[in-house]
Amino acid sequence: MLQVEGLEKRYGAVHAVKGISFEVREAEIFGFLGPNGAGKTTTMKMLATLVRPTAGKALVAGYDVSTQPDEVRRSIGIVFQDPSLDDRLTAAQNLRFHAMLYGVPSDVAVARVKELMEMVELQDRLQERVKTFSGGMRRRLEIARGLLHRPKVLFLDEPTAGLDTQTRMKIWGYIHELREREGVAVFMSTHYLDEAENCDRIAIIDHGEIVALDTPDGLKSQFGGDVITLMTDDPETLLAAIRERWPQLKVRPGSQGQVVVETAEGASWVPRLVEAFVHHIQAVTLSRPSLDDVFIKLTGRAIREEEASAVDRMRLQRGH
Amino acid sequence: MADIGASTKMAHELRAVYTLWLREMTRFVTEWTRVVGALAQPLIFLLIFGIGLNSTFRGGALLPPGFSYTQFMFPGILGMSVLFTSLFSSISVIWDREFGFLKEILVAPISQSSIVLGKMLGGATQALIQGTILLLLMPFLGLWPGMVGVLKLWLIMFLIAITLSGLGLALASRMSSMEGFQMIMNFVVMPLWMLSGAFFPLQGVPSWMEFLMRIDPLTYAVDALRGVMYGSSPLAKALVAHTFSFDLTIVALLALGAFILALLLFRRGEG
Ligand SMILES: Nc1ncnc2c1ncn2[C@@H]1O[C@H](COP(=O)(O)OP(=O)(O)OP(=O)(O)O)[C@@H](O)[C@H]1O
Ligand SMILES: [Mg+2]
Repeated sequence: MLQVEGLEKRYGAVHAVKGISFEVREAEIFGFLGPNGAGKTTTMKMLATLVRPTAGKALVAGYDVSTQPDEVRRSIGIVFQDPSLDDRLTAAQNLRFHAMLYGVPSDVAVARVKELMEMVELQDRLQERVKTFSGGMRRRLEIARGLLHRPKVLFLDEPTAGLDTQTRMKIWGYIHELREREGVAVFMSTHYLDEAENCDRIAIIDHGEIVALDTPDGLKSQFGGDVITLMTDDPETLLAAIRERWPQLKVRPGSQGQVVVETAEGASWVPRLVEAFVHHIQAVTLSRPSLDDVFIKLTGRAIREEEASAVDRMRLQRGH
Repeated sequence: MADIGASTKMAHELRAVYTLWLREMTRFVTEWTRVVGALAQPLIFLLIFGIGLNSTFRGGALLPPGFSYTQFMFPGILGMSVLFTSLFSSISVIWDREFGFLKEILVAPISQSSIVLGKMLGGATQALIQGTILLLLMPFLGLWPGMVGVLKLWLIMFLIAITLSGLGLALASRMSSMEGFQMIMNFVVMPLWMLSGAFFPLQGVPSWMEFLMRIDPLTYAVDALRGVMYGSSPLAKALVAHTFSFDLTIVALLALGAFILALLLFRRGEG
């Protein structure tokens, strides 16, 4: 559905996207994960023909974004990061204009609108002005609008940013339903790590470069093993003892006087460690790595959720 | 989908023009306060200036005996109403960009010219509706050009509207804020309108100002409106400078120029 090769964008001195390559398959949910300013929106705009690439090539549904922009635009649906509804018009009017712009026959459009509005649970608000909608309702309306003309690829730029957990889960529900029902490929960006778990594959982008690309599980086992945390009275002794016994094992002191062991096979190491140092260990926890760990490892920093959500709030307010 | 025929493509683009036009009109109807405001403004001008200046001008060198300043001013007020309505309608592109809706239009599978055309026609239609309402005042002011005259007035108003909405669109597509637009408004549009002969005639002003008035394209629009409205009354002899076809040619060329400018400057991408 998407074939991207060496795609690059410079804004003057700013090298926003530095030659990225990836593929998105049919009916795949592909996540683009990165911190603020990583180049997610820029990439999406290039794929949607709104920004001309400086270099590289991108095929969307088989059409070249540089030479066949009309065909590309016909094949995609997009939900922008910032609201793009006419909030002085009603939801129905917004949807009707969209159908007309994309040449959807009006009887087909009426049936589609009904179906999609039921899916996003807005069927009762159809005749109300968008001005009266909350941020989450607008987002859901935009998703419905983006699907009205049955695109082959749906672009979602941070579709859940700034929304509450319940709404976010609902939107994820729709996205999965869509893929099942319509076979649409979804290319979405997010900076919520927990959400990226919903994707079939994830590309982690930082400073305009893809630093990793794999399934969520693949990323986790590739970049962070299981983590065994050992509670102890005497971390130094325990640390030294483990190092002596198993020099190849990755051991480090934890932040609160624990000892942390990182390994690919956590489940089999727990009994061995306990058996060997039963008098030193008071408690053991085994945790699977989170994408957080992967992200920190790859980019050297955590995604600052508080900062990000402050930006989101500002963005959502602009729609009011 | 890539190989849709030329005629279906044409139909698709025409529908796009119609869709954009329809959106402008839906907004126009929805925002009735704006419509009332836009109608009230020329009426207030007409009332205050008409009454206030009538005694000053009546019986002077400007007006033939028996004619009022309101009659002198009316064509200029009509032109102003058309001018500002179409200009404001087209610069709504700035708001569309500000509030994000422009992206929905730009990413749609329609050509740039359809967007420009739809917007311009939307603005022109709004301007013509307001102009037409003002035309209904003519009989009360003792001006009636006949049905052919009304058609000519419509033609001129349409061309003024196309000129200004084209200009507005060209400006708006290169401007990110309303402030920049305010500058253009105050330093370009207002002077052009003041110098168009809407308030005072060409005759008797200093020669440098007369020169400015002659190169002001709006002068010819106002002159055309006057010519049609006054018909063969003594007002025409005193105030109309050119033939209708001469004025029409200039106004039509302007509209064409503005349309081309809008097509050239209204760009889809951000670079
Ligand atoms: N129109 C523009 N002109 C100049 N620089 C730009 C423009 N758009 C984006 N940039 C720059 O390109 C870089 C990438 O921006 P982009 O919007 O793609 O980030 P993002 O990953 O979407 O971030 P966020 O999570 O904040 O939405 C940033 O450094 C930004 O300042
Ligand atoms: Mg972004």
